[in-house]
Amino acid sequence: MSDFFNSGWSLYIAIATALSLLACLALLIIAARRRVMANDNTTGHVWDEDLRELNNPLPRWWMWLFVLTVVFSAVYLAFYPGLGSMPGQFGWSSVAQYQDEQAKARAATAPLYAAFAATPAPELARSAQAMAIGERLFANNCATCHGADARGSKGFPNLTDRDWLWGGTPENIAETITHGRQGNMPPIAGAVGTSVDVRNVANYVLSLSGSPHDSIAASIGRPKFAVCAACHGADGKGNPALGAPNLTDKLWLHGWGEDAVVAMVTQGKSNVMPPHASRFTAEQIHVLSAYVWGLSNRASTTP
Amino acid sequence: MNQPRHTPAKVIPIATASAAAPRQVSLYEKQKKIYPRSVHGWFSRWRWVMVWLTQAVFYGLPWLPWNGRQAVLFDLAARRFYIFDLVLYPQDFIYLTGLLVLSAYSLFFFTAVGGRLWCGYACPQTVYTEIFLWVERRIEGERGARMKLDAGPWTADKVWRKTAKHAVWLAIGLWTGFTFVGYFTPIQTLWAQSFTLAFGPWEWFWVNFYGLATYGNAGFLREQVCKYMCPYARFQSAMFDRDTMIVSYDAARGDPRGTRARNADLAAAKLGHCIDCGLCVHVCPVGIDIRDGLQYECIACTACIDACDGVMDKMKYPRGLIRYATQNGLDQHWTPQQMARRIARPRVLIYGAVLLAISAAFIASLAARDTLKVDVVRDRTTLARLVDDGRIENVYRLQLMNATEAVQRYRVTVHGIPGAELPEWRELEVQPAQARWVTVAVRVPHESAQALGPGAHPIEFRTAPADDENAAVTEKSTFIVPR
Repeated sequence: MSDFFNSGWSLYIAIATALSLLACLALLIIAARRRVMANDNTTGHVWDEDLRELNNPLPRWWMWLFVLTVVFSAVYLAFYPGLGSMPGQFGWSSVAQYQDEQAKARAATAPLYAAFAATPAPELARSAQAMAIGERLFANNCATCHGADARGSKGFPNLTDRDWLWGGTPENIAETITHGRQGNMPPIAGAVGTSVDVRNVANYVLSLSGSPHDSIAASIGRPKFAVCAACHGADGKGNPALGAPNLTDKLWLHGWGEDAVVAMVTQGKSNVMPPHASRFTAEQIHVLSAYVWGLSNRASTTP
Repeated sequence: MNQPRHTPAKVIPIATASAAAPRQVSLYEKQKKIYPRSVHGWFSRWRWVMVWLTQAVFYGLPWLPWNGRQAVLFDLAARRFYIFDLVLYPQDFIYLTGLLVLSAYSLFFFTAVGGRLWCGYACPQTVYTEIFLWVERRIEGERGARMKLDAGPWTADKVWRKTAKHAVWLAIGLWTGFTFVGYFTPIQTLWAQSFTLAFGPWEWFWVNFYGLATYGNAGFLREQVCKYMCPYARFQSAMFDRDTMIVSYDAARGDPRGTRARNADLAAAKLGHCIDCGLCVHVCPVGIDIRDGLQYECIACTACIDACDGVMDKMKYPRGLIRYATQNGLDQHWTPQQMARRIARPRVLIYGAVLLAISAAFIASLAARDTLKVDVVRDRTTLARLVDDGRIENVYRLQLMNATEAVQRYRVTVHGIPGAELPEWRELEVQPAQARWVTVAVRVPHESAQALGPGAHPIEFRTAPADDENAAVTEKSTFIVPR
């Protein structure tokens, strides 16, 4: 695949390279011509009254090394890319080399992962070696969003709190990692009513978790909750099939308080977990899911 | 250019071509092989002492055990460098820099005082050439015999001598390559592998590369390295001055040259001490005539000094026609004491002082080195969190690097913000020569955070070995309070 927009550039570089190599050889040949020396072993010229130039020969092996480099270049360019976008006989590319290395690494770790693949996740979570691997996989791929300690941040779920938006079994977790998730809270204020209605239903939602709220507004807003119940359930306990959060717990992924809930209802939110199927093998995802599952299913770790 | 002309102290005549007719010269000339004659003397003995010393260290050090491993091992794969008791990390490369600076100043200092001392006595090129020359002499004979052998036809004698010589050379070369790789892969392992030729691919490559390089450099290239490749030859003129001790021919004493009877009257014959025997040229490994004066090819191997002293002894003249002298000393006919007094000149004193200072700093720094290194990497995506009861939390990853060869237990505490704490008290175990990453969360109470205000605030992590609070290492970081 050419990196140039126009194939003319490729030709230009190929010609320039070839010409340079020939020019090096030409230079060598021209300079090797025998010269006439003056009587006193100098080139015969005199500068500044008494400055003369000796012509001490270079060793022959130096010249042969030079020729060797030109020959090496020619051979190299035949086998490797260098003449424009010609790929060379070996068909080498840095992308292919990277893929080769990846394949080799996978082949080397395959026996290890095969053993892990056969082990169910809860048992795997007790294996120190598997969890060390899981920890490194997590640190390199997941920690950027979910935090180095997996406790998340605003908008990025806490993976250690035993609360799961899309289900907390190892299979659910594996599916989340593989295919990603797309959480969609639609802007549903229109269905709720006026802005006052939205405020009231927000207070009702806050009341479900025992958070500070306006009880009067909450009781007025209660019937409006039917709009929310479609996804969040009549009891507000959420629906893992839809990724609808449990509104009765104290975990607020997108902000806490009345204003936050009003904003959520009014503007909605789309929160995306990217799919990782192309970055991991299925066996790696199995180990990683066991690790993530283990984060919420163990007493707090000691190092 | 009308500048006042400087009259040179000595005009070196340019060697004139013998014929009157102009001759054609190619820019590239086949090197003429040099057949140095063997030499014995005081300097030659000291050179062999240096050969034995340097090679004993080079070949012997990888076999020295220490702390259950090799005394000197550069484990590139694990990125740890073991030198006796020291466990050095890549983060300690500043010591390598220090070593290089020390080497540079040693170079300036020693060259200013005594010329190319390195070249003649310690340089691997010289040392290996000496060893290979010794082999060549034992197998092919002295200078005359070698020249005759090379010029003669390929008899059975020549074949076996040449084969034997190259076989021994190759063996020495391969052993050198093997030893060199033994500094990077444990040599005992390499030795065991060598019986079944079970080296890894890189070990194969480097053993052969260094083996062939030794064979080629010491067997064939020899003085070509010194003449054409080594920069020392070219910048010696910048590092010498007229008080540098160099190998010099005392022209005032030796010229005019010529043969004479043993007890001839030199004044009557109008001759100097030089009998023009040419021995100084025959023993020279770089093929120059030292009587022409200081030349860039001269590696100060002092073979000519020993050769000439031997001849002087036979002629019952005093030694030292070719000797270590300074240019000032020769021109002004100084005694050795007068020349020695010039050693303490500003250039040498300054180089010496700097060298001493840097050595002291280097040793002090190594001695006072912490065997614990800590690196703090704060999470950049989860800048700050609010946890239950209003506390602010920041997440960090600490890398604890154990630079000892024992298991260490470390304790981490955080300081700088009132009330800041690590929620789980941490005593961490790190294996010998291991680096370990640990995730910690620092929590700051609501009131402290409010008092600080939003933004980044400095904190520091103090890591100490569990049994030695005084050896604590402090690393700074920031704590972010969100708006």
